[in-house]
Amino acid sequence: MTTTIDSAVLRGESLALSYESRQVFRDLSLTIPSGKITVIVGPNACGKSSLLRTLSRLLVPDQGHVLLDGRDIHRYPSRAVARRLGLLPQSSTAPPGICVADLVARGRFPHQTLLRQWTAADEAAVDQAMAATGVTGLADATLEELSGGQRQRVWLAMLLAQDTPVMLLDEPTTWLDIAHQLDVLELCRRLNRDQGRTLVMVLHDLNQAARYADYLVAMKAGEVVAAGTPAEVMTEALIERVFSIRARVGIDPESGSPWVLPVSSTGQMDD
Amino acid sequence: MIRHRSAKRVWRPLGRAILVCPRSLLVTVVLLLISAGLVLVSLSIGRVDVGLWQLLQILSGAGDGDLTERVVVGIRLPRGLTAVFVGAALGVSGAVFQSVSRNALGSPDIIGFTTGAATGAIAQIVFFGQQAAGVMLAAVAGGLLTSVLVYFLAVQGRVVGSYRLVLVGIGIGSILSAVNGLLLVKGSLDNAVTANLWLAGSLSARNWGHLLPVLAGCLVLIPVTLLFARQLHLMEMGDDLAAQLGIRVERIRLLMVIFAVLLAALATGAAGPIAFIALAAPQLVRRLLPAGSLPVMAAAAMGACLLVFADVLTQMLPVEAVLPIGRMTGVVGGLYLL
Repeated sequence: MTTTIDSAVLRGESLALSYESRQVFRDLSLTIPSGKITVIVGPNACGKSSLLRTLSRLLVPDQGHVLLDGRDIHRYPSRAVARRLGLLPQSSTAPPGICVADLVARGRFPHQTLLRQWTAADEAAVDQAMAATGVTGLADATLEELSGGQRQRVWLAMLLAQDTPVMLLDEPTTWLDIAHQLDVLELCRRLNRDQGRTLVMVLHDLNQAARYADYLVAMKAGEVVAAGTPAEVMTEALIERVFSIRARVGIDPESGSPWVLPVSSTGQMDD
Repeated sequence: MIRHRSAKRVWRPLGRAILVCPRSLLVTVVLLLISAGLVLVSLSIGRVDVGLWQLLQILSGAGDGDLTERVVVGIRLPRGLTAVFVGAALGVSGAVFQSVSRNALGSPDIIGFTTGAATGAIAQIVFFGQQAAGVMLAAVAGGLLTSVLVYFLAVQGRVVGSYRLVLVGIGIGSILSAVNGLLLVKGSLDNAVTANLWLAGSLSARNWGHLLPVLAGCLVLIPVTLLFARQLHLMEMGDDLAAQLGIRVERIRLLMVIFAVLLAALATGAAGPIAFIALAAPQLVRRLLPAGSLPVMAAAAMGACLLVFADVLTQMLPVEAVLPIGRMTGVVGGLYLL
């Protein structure tokens, strides 16, 4: 991990994607600003995860392109992409019996070759990733022994060890209690502010989204409804349109970002 | 070096840096030594007892060409080596399948692939006769066809779920074993009897023609399996995480399944359907080794060890109770699962 990172920029152009017969999005374009924290919000099944998976080349769009550093992401060797861009999926399985340090070390895979399977750089990246996520003391524990919050930090450490300038996180705070949620979000902010990494997160909590996002994207039914600064996006009208709830929006006295108070459901969820 | 209590050490030959697991190496070497010892035992027992000294002389090429040497080189050696390589092939095949399906029950003998190989072989014996080469080819073809069939029935929207693979495999396996039973009542009585004996799984009357295909298969396929083992193991964390690390998930899975099917089919072609080795060898190895890698070599050594052991046990039973090896592994494996 170096202190300054040349930021890569990621862009989806007119993406169309469908599973079997269900269309997830038809004509979606989105630019991820370099060196910023982008947060994507939207109701369940609006295509947030599919968008992250498409942007990280795990899904091939039916139409359109994903551009990484201005070039079609599918034209890079997969490992070269993995050195530029990392994704933390919503759920992963830890093979039974594996210890934390070995699991974190797996994040180094894209940097290794058959004849160079472990270097000082690997060692340093793993140590720093474990220190940054506060799991150094758990190095010898197996994942089964850990709490949900600790486990999530270990997965995050693995992604951190991968040491990519662009990091996509699919609901990194799910399953965590409020203290651990804030830990993870503060860590993400440090990764961005101190090391200049570009972060893209899917979050459910609108207040956390408004507080931690530099660039906020609201999605509904496979479309980007609004994108901009939290103050531009997080309005009462937009929240009602996207989430079908009535909400009051004020100013968060701590951070000055918008502050959302959900009031009631308008009962118009169409999916 | 990894400072924590990791199972792996870095080996640095000629400026390279290769991760090795000393425990895994040790277990593999010990298992291979036990297998070699058991092979020597199996070479010395039988109707003609051969002393160890005489055996070593014969093996080093200093024998005097008498009956004993012909028995050892012509009959017992191919049998012993067939046991070694069939066991190794089944062990590796089981390790790969259990990793791909993330399920101990995803072994080739459980999900119908060895039954399918047997169907091919029996059909060949019943309809065309019993030349070793033909039976071998038919077994490989049967195993491959079965795996293609199971794959296409289990696949749902380009994804093969672990439970679905096991369920479909068990289903196909039971249909094929019914087909096998049916085939036995077709054709001439003579061929049907041969097919029936073959179906019990046997190492007796193996010659170099039975051995060579499975030997060649092991020498080629086990090293290439080893080459992709790390990526396959990373895939156990989930396809998304593996794919984002730069692994071509679908391609690696397909390649590894083809290697594993070939190994299982070659093993079945050489010795008939042998139960439980593919299921038990990787599981036993997992208990001996630290987690964190796919134990290809150790599973091969364990498979070889188990099958040679079962073979020696078979031969030590009183003559009238000689059990076909496939049945013996069934008995031993069944006891193990209890």
